[in-house]
Amino acid sequence: MDFNYLTAITFLPVIGAVLIAFIPGLSPRGVRRMAAVFTLIPLALAIIIFVSFDRSAAAAGVIQFEEKMRWIAALNAHYHLGVDGLNLPFALLTAFLGFLAVLISWKIDLRVREYFGWLLLLETSILGVFLSLDLLLFFVFWEIEVIPMYFLISIWGSGRKEYSAIKYVVYTLFGSAFMLAGILSLYFTTGTLDMIELSQKGLAMVQSIMPASAIFFFILTAFAVKLPVVPLHTWLPDAHTDAPTAASVILAGVLIKMGGYGMIRLNVSMFPEVARHYSLLLVILAVVGVLYGAALTMRQNDFKRMIAYSSISHMGYVLLGVFALGQVSLAGAALQMVSHGLVTGLLFAMVGLVMHNAHERDLRKLGGLARQVPIIAVVFSIAGLASLGLPTTSGFAAEFLVFVGSFTSGIVPGIKVYTILGVLGVVVTAGYILWMLQRAFYGPVLERFDGTPDADARERVYMFAMVAGIMLVGIYPAVVTDVLKLGISPIAGMLGG
Amino acid sequence: MQLELLAPELTLAGTAIAVILVDLFVARKWLLEGVSIAGLLIAADFTIAMWGGSYAPLFNNMLAVDSFALGFKLLFLGIAILVILASIDYAARFSPFRGEYYALVLLSTMGMMLLAGTAELVSIYIALEMTSLSMCALVCFLKDARSGEAALKYVLLSAIASAVLLFGMALVFGFTGETRLGGIALVIQSMSTQTLLASPALTLGMALLIAGFGFKIAAVPFHMWTPDVYEGAPTPVTAFLSVGSKAAGFAIILRVFHSAFGLPNWLSLEWGLVFAVLAAIGMTLGNVAAIPQANIKRMLGYSSIAQAGYLMVGLATTGLSPASDVLGRSGLIFFLASYALTNLGAFTAVIAISNRIDSDLIDDYSGMGKRAPLLSLGLTLCLVSLIGIPPAAGFMAKFYIFSGAVQNGLLWLVVIAVINSVISAYYYLRVVKMMWLGKPAVAEAKAGKPASEARVTTPATLRVALAVSCAGVLVLGIAPGYVLRLAEMAASMFIF
Repeated sequence: MDFNYLTAITFLPVIGAVLIAFIPGLSPRGVRRMAAVFTLIPLALAIIIFVSFDRSAAAAGVIQFEEKMRWIAALNAHYHLGVDGLNLPFALLTAFLGFLAVLISWKIDLRVREYFGWLLLLETSILGVFLSLDLLLFFVFWEIEVIPMYFLISIWGSGRKEYSAIKYVVYTLFGSAFMLAGILSLYFTTGTLDMIELSQKGLAMVQSIMPASAIFFFILTAFAVKLPVVPLHTWLPDAHTDAPTAASVILAGVLIKMGGYGMIRLNVSMFPEVARHYSLLLVILAVVGVLYGAALTMRQNDFKRMIAYSSISHMGYVLLGVFALGQVSLAGAALQMVSHGLVTGLLFAMVGLVMHNAHERDLRKLGGLARQVPIIAVVFSIAGLASLGLPTTSGFAAEFLVFVGSFTSGIVPGIKVYTILGVLGVVVTAGYILWMLQRAFYGPVLERFDGTPDADARERVYMFAMVAGIMLVGIYPAVVTDVLKLGISPIAGMLGG
Repeated sequence: MQLELLAPELTLAGTAIAVILVDLFVARKWLLEGVSIAGLLIAADFTIAMWGGSYAPLFNNMLAVDSFALGFKLLFLGIAILVILASIDYAARFSPFRGEYYALVLLSTMGMMLLAGTAELVSIYIALEMTSLSMCALVCFLKDARSGEAALKYVLLSAIASAVLLFGMALVFGFTGETRLGGIALVIQSMSTQTLLASPALTLGMALLIAGFGFKIAAVPFHMWTPDVYEGAPTPVTAFLSVGSKAAGFAIILRVFHSAFGLPNWLSLEWGLVFAVLAAIGMTLGNVAAIPQANIKRMLGYSSIAQAGYLMVGLATTGLSPASDVLGRSGLIFFLASYALTNLGAFTAVIAISNRIDSDLIDDYSGMGKRAPLLSLGLTLCLVSLIGIPPAAGFMAKFYIFSGAVQNGLLWLVVIAVINSVISAYYYLRVVKMMWLGKPAVAEAKAGKPASEARVTTPATLRVALAVSCAGVLVLGIAPGYVLRLAEMAASMFIF
């Protein structure tokens, strides 16, 4: 490989951040353009990789665009990046939302330099998490993400922003503390930090010295906080609600996906035996998350908070799909994450627009906006319908795969019952999404919102880009699932499902 | 007699005298710093020249020149250079005793360097006292009530610690009839387990040694002096104390326990566990007590107690691992290097900021991000490193030291340690929050002066010191390979 695509994708944003921070006399306009350039190039490179990715059956489980170099000899750690079918869609999604986040943030005028600096650093860290194949490198990127998010929420957020920011940090660090202990145990028992090697050799290497289930749960804790899985979810509504719009988009769009991705990449593929053993417990947690999350969403009156809560329910489907442990359900879970990234990203962007243009986020005071801001209303409706899983949107394809895959997976006892319970969540989702649409956009037109500006040209660009993504995945899901399949089939092979 | 092996220490002694003389006869005071730094650099040069040479004992096996000693000497010299750079601006307050200040810093450094090389109980005691006494004088250099109280506390408690230490040494000497560490090890290894357990002298001696040395490294429960002395002492001295004195303490603990009590295995297991328990208590207590602190120097004092706890994980690993395994020691050395850079960076920023706003209260750091963006960025990086978040050195250091601990069955301790890191995030980030989220100019408004959002200017020397520390923090955090290899080399100790 002549050109290190993955290194370029990962580190261009942070180079942009450093330039933005240290070039003297840069105008806010210049800062924004610079940020746009340094996120657009990674997006272009990610698309090139996605297009030229080898989709033949022989490429199943093969790492492509691999870059490997000794990093710390004393720890046997490598600078190791690569894509297989599992992480490529997430990398592309991150690059996509990273660029759109810059467009979404165009109207930020408070401490512009710092803002875009942190935003770009955030993108690098998330890309690094998805692309690294070395546990130490993975963990380094995983931890770096905390700092920019802390600043983004606490400086440019709203409401109880400082509280939400520190809550986010403490939850994340708490989770990663356990992950660190898990990684150290794994490193000690196996002597390697190579994620691919670890998953190929599987449990056989670990069995001897420490109970593998302990390591499994240490690592799972971090991902369960991030996804979030229900008893550990309370940071999410606060952080999502109080973050600035672009940070909410990134947070809901890709950041919480790091949890689901980690579960597949580390927990399921490195500990297939343990995953089988505890799958019932996690499936139950998933169903509880789906229903409890949906019920909580129903009760919200804050526009943004409502969407935040809906994520908890939707991530329940991911957990269900992952720990149903079937090939189709795993692919469904991954697709659900990609789809949710686009859909919820768009929902948050639209809510941000409504808040910015109408200066109101209380659903009890909103109403009839469809007349004043038709474009926002239409796009929001599309996103809402995608969120409740209407056919031809990505939400349908993803949830359908999760349910079919879980229902037919023979590994977890009683999975059929749990899947049916999970499907009930869709009904509640339909309820709250339609009710939310009705409360905000339909009903009697309110005079106080007369003259509320609709989306401008730049805003239309990112709206339609996301809608196009949602439709593309909805109508022709194979564009993503063909790739996902290559990453997931070796894992499913180990599970024997 | 190979006197040239003492060249670094002799250079420092000469420089200290030269500094005092220059202070007497020359009016241009910047020469003081110049001479001191030149002396330190020459000493570092000698030390590097000796690196990798054959191990040689000096003065009837009292001093060792092995890579362990040389590694630590380099660390102390680096610390001293950064401390002097950070002091230049501050030292104007010490006039007319600036010369004495630098001389004392140099002498204290020399004591630490001797300490790293001593392999015999009596010279250990002498080197330790040399370090402590110079440090006592430095603590009271501000000559106000706070500083005096701090110095008195330090003198009294350090005297008690020395007495305890001496008693421990006497017991060990009485039990083995040897003062050389290698000799003690030979006597202990020649005895049967029954003989060793028959008399409490050895166990008691070791316990007293731990107590005496524990004072130096601010290990709980011998940490009571730390917050008060850190708060009262001049800030550059606090930085020196928190880094140099602690590193010296760990160096000598490693040397004594590894070379004298490293074998038989059950004995090292025993003290290893003692350190493991002290580590767990130390980091928990340090972190919890740091949370409510309003004064940043006091907060960093408690934080250094917690960091000593993490460092003791390395001691515990050394005790629990086989004597030939270097992972515990190299982890400790790497952690010390990273902690030294991080803490010096943090204190340098504190000196620069406090000097301008005349306050050490965390509340008064409000809005610093606007008034001094680069200083705040540096301090933020150092605090992030203290939490242990990548890409800063603190993360790599924790990862390395904890990986050694996990390998030797200390997973429980590592779990306690990582949870402690989460607790610590809370108070470190409070400072970060103040700097970047708060409104500027609280301090001036309180003092009745006109509220100002003026930028805080920083003297060049402080900027250099901060830049060096921050660059070091990043290098150790991103590409630690080279320093890790040095640490592994420095972990090998010669026992005679």
